[in-house]
Amino acid sequence: MHPARSIIVFTVLSGLGYGLAFVLGARLLNPTDVATHLAFVVALALISAGLLASTFHLRNPQRAWRALSQWRSSWLSREGVMAILTFVPLIWVGGATFFAQTATVQEFYPDGYPFWGSLLLQMGAAVTVLCTSMIYTQLRSVDAWHTWLTPACFLAFSLAGGLLLASIFAFLSHNPVASLLAGLAMAANLLAWALKCFWRLRMKSLSPTSTPESATQLGRLGKVRQFEPPHMTGNYLTNEMMFRVGRKHGNALFAIAVFFGAALPGVLLPLASMAVSYDSYGAGLILSVLALACHLVGVFTERWLFFAEARHAVSSFYGS
Amino acid sequence: MTCLPSQPSPKRLGLVIDLDVCVGCHACVVNCKEWNTGGYGAALSDQHPYGADVSGAWLNRVHSYEVTPLDLLMGASAGGEVAAEVGPARLVHFPKSCLHCEDAPCVTVCPTGASYKRTEDGIVLVDEDKCIGCGLCAWACPYGAREMDLAAGVMKKCTLCIDRIYNESLEEEDRVPACVRTCPTNARHFGDFADPASNVSVMVAERGGVDLMPEQGTRPVNKYLPPRERKMLGATPLESVEGATGFFGWLDKMLDRY
Repeated sequence: MHPARSIIVFTVLSGLGYGLAFVLGARLLNPTDVATHLAFVVALALISAGLLASTFHLRNPQRAWRALSQWRSSWLSREGVMAILTFVPLIWVGGATFFAQTATVQEFYPDGYPFWGSLLLQMGAAVTVLCTSMIYTQLRSVDAWHTWLTPACFLAFSLAGGLLLASIFAFLSHNPVASLLAGLAMAANLLAWALKCFWRLRMKSLSPTSTPESATQLGRLGKVRQFEPPHMTGNYLTNEMMFRVGRKHGNALFAIAVFFGAALPGVLLPLASMAVSYDSYGAGLILSVLALACHLVGVFTERWLFFAEARHAVSSFYGS
Repeated sequence: MTCLPSQPSPKRLGLVIDLDVCVGCHACVVNCKEWNTGGYGAALSDQHPYGADVSGAWLNRVHSYEVTPLDLLMGASAGGEVAAEVGPARLVHFPKSCLHCEDAPCVTVCPTGASYKRTEDGIVLVDEDKCIGCGLCAWACPYGAREMDLAAGVMKKCTLCIDRIYNESLEEEDRVPACVRTCPTNARHFGDFADPASNVSVMVAERGGVDLMPEQGTRPVNKYLPPRERKMLGATPLESVEGATGFFGWLDKMLDRY
């Protein structure tokens, strides 16, 4: 599959944003800290940037509002609806923390967070990421994606990124919960990469559901080989569904992704977590920011490979 | 509405493609392109049409496959490995356009409702005024029936010439899809699969018409008639005299003895 930049940016940024929103909804950060308010703004910005990026993939974006209408049947539509619905608790909870020290908020939300709003925020964020992943999982035409491991990976990476980002804001506000967040981020990150490795192992060991023989139903006559493509040059199908480069360097790229995404944060995050016990929040901040940079390199690479290495059933008609 | 119709449609219109007859002339490809460019509706665009890197949107394409018969027995005993290829290869020309599936995956994934299956005759269409060009329907279709028209930014597919089949201003014999009308070898047929007595239903029953990629679960309406088994010209070596009877059979036996 052709790895469209806009789609990769969309899934990574929105996944990160919703992950952060989910962790913020856990009410672990101090609602009165400036860093917490910044965290809500960053979550909002990441989600908005991701959704905006997704519109660059559309050839007729002016009609994008119609994409909210078919939630009964389409995962893409459901994702759009959930994304917009989740803005409500995000702004509500974030807004409450901005005014956490005022008398009005203190009266309704003594601990600074709306309880039900925070719960809705967590549910909304999780369901939105699930809907995003189901867009790809539902496609029977792409064997690599058609497994429960796909939404598992999307959700796990979103959570890991969210915990990592939240720990950065905790370090910024000298909040000891940063230790817990960095530790959880490491665990979630390792889980995400373990799921990803299982996902990739499965993909590599798959025998294709559809072959040139089943596609043409000429298998009864013998072995089928493409003699001549329908037109000499490429077409929309070959460009969109049959991408070459990813497969050539796939293993090397995945190794790079695992090194940056799993191995490096696996060292940096425990150190960041331990920095709290030495009261060096500055060091913790630097370590967690480095870990985030590595995590991003890893996630962008694996997301690129997610598209580039996937085989679409239509390639059976083109002889492979 | 991108939910599939809850009940099967009273008419199931589709095509039968006879792979035994198609010669790969591409007349159906060209006529489809012309009808969908010069007839009703927006033109099917080409990119760099007069250059080296030409490409464009086509709703019907003809592939060509080389099919090499295998010795199936040998293949089985060797653990499924290709042990030997027996016999000369056969060239099969393979027209492919939208199969108007009963369980069309392209319909349910569409977020805007642009992709829909008609309840009266089962034809799957794209409402080009609603399509946002996200391409998800093309990803969902295992057959590659849907292409993006890069100039218009919308997805296009075989319409089963819905603007011809019900068109009263055309002559009766022209009220079939353009590809069917132009095929010089009678390899393409149009009809109603819901009617067991229709031309297409009879053909499918007699020749054993098949679904493409049945494992994908799309339940396509278009059926393909497989090439007939034939004794290939090169199958028997020139030196073989098997099947000789009468005088020549006796002569063969005599000369073998000495």
